[in-house]
Amino acid sequence: MELFSALNVSKQFSGHKALDKVNISIPEGSIFGLLGPNGAGKTTFIRIINQIIAPDEGQLFYNGRELKPNDIYNIGYLPEERGLYKKMTVGEQAMYLAQLKGLSKQEAHKRLIHWFEKFEMKSWWNKKVEELSKGMQQKVQFLITIIHEPKLLIFDEPFSGFDPINASMLKDEIIAQKEKGATIIFSTHNMASVEELCDHISLINNARVVLDGPVRDIKKTFKTNTFEIAYNNYLGKLETILPSAFSIIKEWDDHDLRKASVQIPAEANPNQLISSLLPNVALHSFSELVPNMNDIFIRVVTEKKPEPILQ
Amino acid sequence: MHKIILIIKREYLTRVRKKSFLVMTILGPLLMAAIVVVPVYMATRGNELKTVAVIDQTGIFFEKFKDTDNIKFHYLLSDLGSAKTNFRQSGDYALLFIPKTEVSIPTNAILYAESNVSMNVKSYIKNVMTKQVEDMKLEAKLKDLQTDKKNPLNVEDILRSVKTIVDVNTIKITDEGKEEKSYTEISMVLGTFSGILIYFFIFMFGSQVMRGVIEEKTNRIIEVIISSVKPFELMMGKIIGVGLVGLTQFLLWVVLTFGIVTVITSTFAGKGQHKQSIEQSMMQNASKYNPDNLAQTDAPSVKEKQDEGVNEIFEALNTVNFPVMIGAFVFFFLFGYLMYGSLFAAIGGAVDSEADTQQFMLPITVPLILSIVMMQYFIQDPSGQIAFWFSIFPLTSPVAMMIRIPFGIPYWQVALSMALLILTFLGTTWMAAKIYRTGILMYGKKVSYKELWKWLRY
Repeated sequence: MELFSALNVSKQFSGHKALDKVNISIPEGSIFGLLGPNGAGKTTFIRIINQIIAPDEGQLFYNGRELKPNDIYNIGYLPEERGLYKKMTVGEQAMYLAQLKGLSKQEAHKRLIHWFEKFEMKSWWNKKVEELSKGMQQKVQFLITIIHEPKLLIFDEPFSGFDPINASMLKDEIIAQKEKGATIIFSTHNMASVEELCDHISLINNARVVLDGPVRDIKKTFKTNTFEIAYNNYLGKLETILPSAFSIIKEWDDHDLRKASVQIPAEANPNQLISSLLPNVALHSFSELVPNMNDIFIRVVTEKKPEPILQ
Repeated sequence: MHKIILIIKREYLTRVRKKSFLVMTILGPLLMAAIVVVPVYMATRGNELKTVAVIDQTGIFFEKFKDTDNIKFHYLLSDLGSAKTNFRQSGDYALLFIPKTEVSIPTNAILYAESNVSMNVKSYIKNVMTKQVEDMKLEAKLKDLQTDKKNPLNVEDILRSVKTIVDVNTIKITDEGKEEKSYTEISMVLGTFSGILIYFFIFMFGSQVMRGVIEEKTNRIIEVIISSVKPFELMMGKIIGVGLVGLTQFLLWVVLTFGIVTVITSTFAGKGQHKQSIEQSMMQNASKYNPDNLAQTDAPSVKEKQDEGVNEIFEALNTVNFPVMIGAFVFFFLFGYLMYGSLFAAIGGAVDSEADTQQFMLPITVPLILSIVMMQYFIQDPSGQIAFWFSIFPLTSPVAMMIRIPFGIPYWQVALSMALLILTFLGTTWMAAKIYRTGILMYGKKVSYKELWKWLRY
């Protein structure tokens, strides 16, 4: 079941296409990575979801029906370019923004007090925002994003500006939101965090979706059947003991171990590699080299022709 | 609707709570008074040809009023009543009536006019009459000296006895043929004051809107907010919120000023009453057994000269139609501000920092500044061509109209000006909303007029 989907969405800004027939569907309860190089059209797409701007063509669906203006109450958005009113007090500001998201005054107050206590921020309530550190401000912004308990959360580069401790706290909180049933769109350039958090991704490049699907499937597709081995007690050449169809990509020394990466044909079984090695070397480790998201990102984006869309 | 109220509330409260608001509320009335005094005394000349009909019952001033570059005099032989009834058809600017005096030398004249008489006409008449009366007095004195040779010649004495103060009162002949005493000076002060005030308010609160928009952009809170409200709601909420701050300030100023005036009035009136009551009780004592005398105790002759001056100011203030003035001010401030406020909001939306606003500010501030620069022409000649067109053109009408209104102008002109202003406000708001909506999402981009034009058609 998809919580949100975009069908053939296009958007043109004076002279250039920001989105070109984009199809994206976001499964309910997932953490969805929206990836792409700078200027690819991610922010435009996020703004379209938030109904800040309207698409030129295409359809948007929320929960199986067409997206309505009132759906903004079901969405929480933490933009990449974010800030607060510097001269306002934290509490007043949080109350204001929570009410703009449709909460009543009483409800906003009740929930804010709860969260301020949880995040140990109670003493900040009457402080002006300009008195807070950048990290503290980020915390306030995060809290405001989730205060109305939206079904769909959009985080655009959420970790920028956080120190490692707060970043990990934020990560835990994002996972907690997911466990509570929220669906999360996560836009970032930090591929490590994509790997860690995302179930699904869409990669946008030059206004088009060039890669889309569950992270595990994508990784499988980009697998090259390459294995890394570590061994010692062998002084001969590695290629002499391997089947001829196997190719050695790289060999190097790592302390007292010799390491190599070996690609085997797609139809071959990794056991063949092990069995050819075992009689000759002392095998210390054996692992498949799975491409990480960073490699996939770079490969897809730098390729001249976009890959066929994988579903 | 609920959200726009939230926005208005925030914009209003954050501004009203500032110290600067309190300071302005107190300093404002004082500052304004200082600004008003200077230009009032600067304005002395009018430039359109005006004809003044003269009825001189004394015969002393016949042919004495010489035509100047812009004032022409002609003498009427008819009586005052028919001259007044014919006045509206005559096309004359004013009707000067010098009543016959039985014994003394005439030092009084009345100027009838449809609207307030410009300062230079009044002062010219005053000067001519003063000179004429003083000449006559001097002549008589010299004759006395010739016949009475015993007294020694004392120049100082002669000059003192010759010195004359001529009183020229102006009376407005209204459409209904009613007459009311009018005071050009008061209209001038009021016109200048409200013109400057409205200019000042539009500028001050308009640029507050602009700074508010820029603040939201540089703070980067804008994107959070417009993911919950429509850009138009945010823009209008801000404009209305800031406008209410302006209105609050204005009303506080009115209350404060009236407070001060009331205090002064009651102090003076208190003194006068005190004096009068003493006089009255003295009179009552003297005429205890003659109740008929009591009726005469209110005669003006018992009042002191000093009191009269003060009373004249208050009497003049009483001729001002304050409800109309304040009503007009609120209207022209509100719509002038709304019109300019939306333009200021558009500029704020289009730029990244206040430093970038210059190129866009110019076309907006020019009409405002021009209407202040031209102010003295409006005052000299409130019903002239320049004043008329400036008070009809929407970008200048808030200031120009406020300057003209105290002088009394035809209702159709006010209505036309108001209608045009409302229409322009709708137009600028529509335009501003388009520029604003696109501009607030653009960071770090220098925007040109060409770009703005694109956004408008977008």
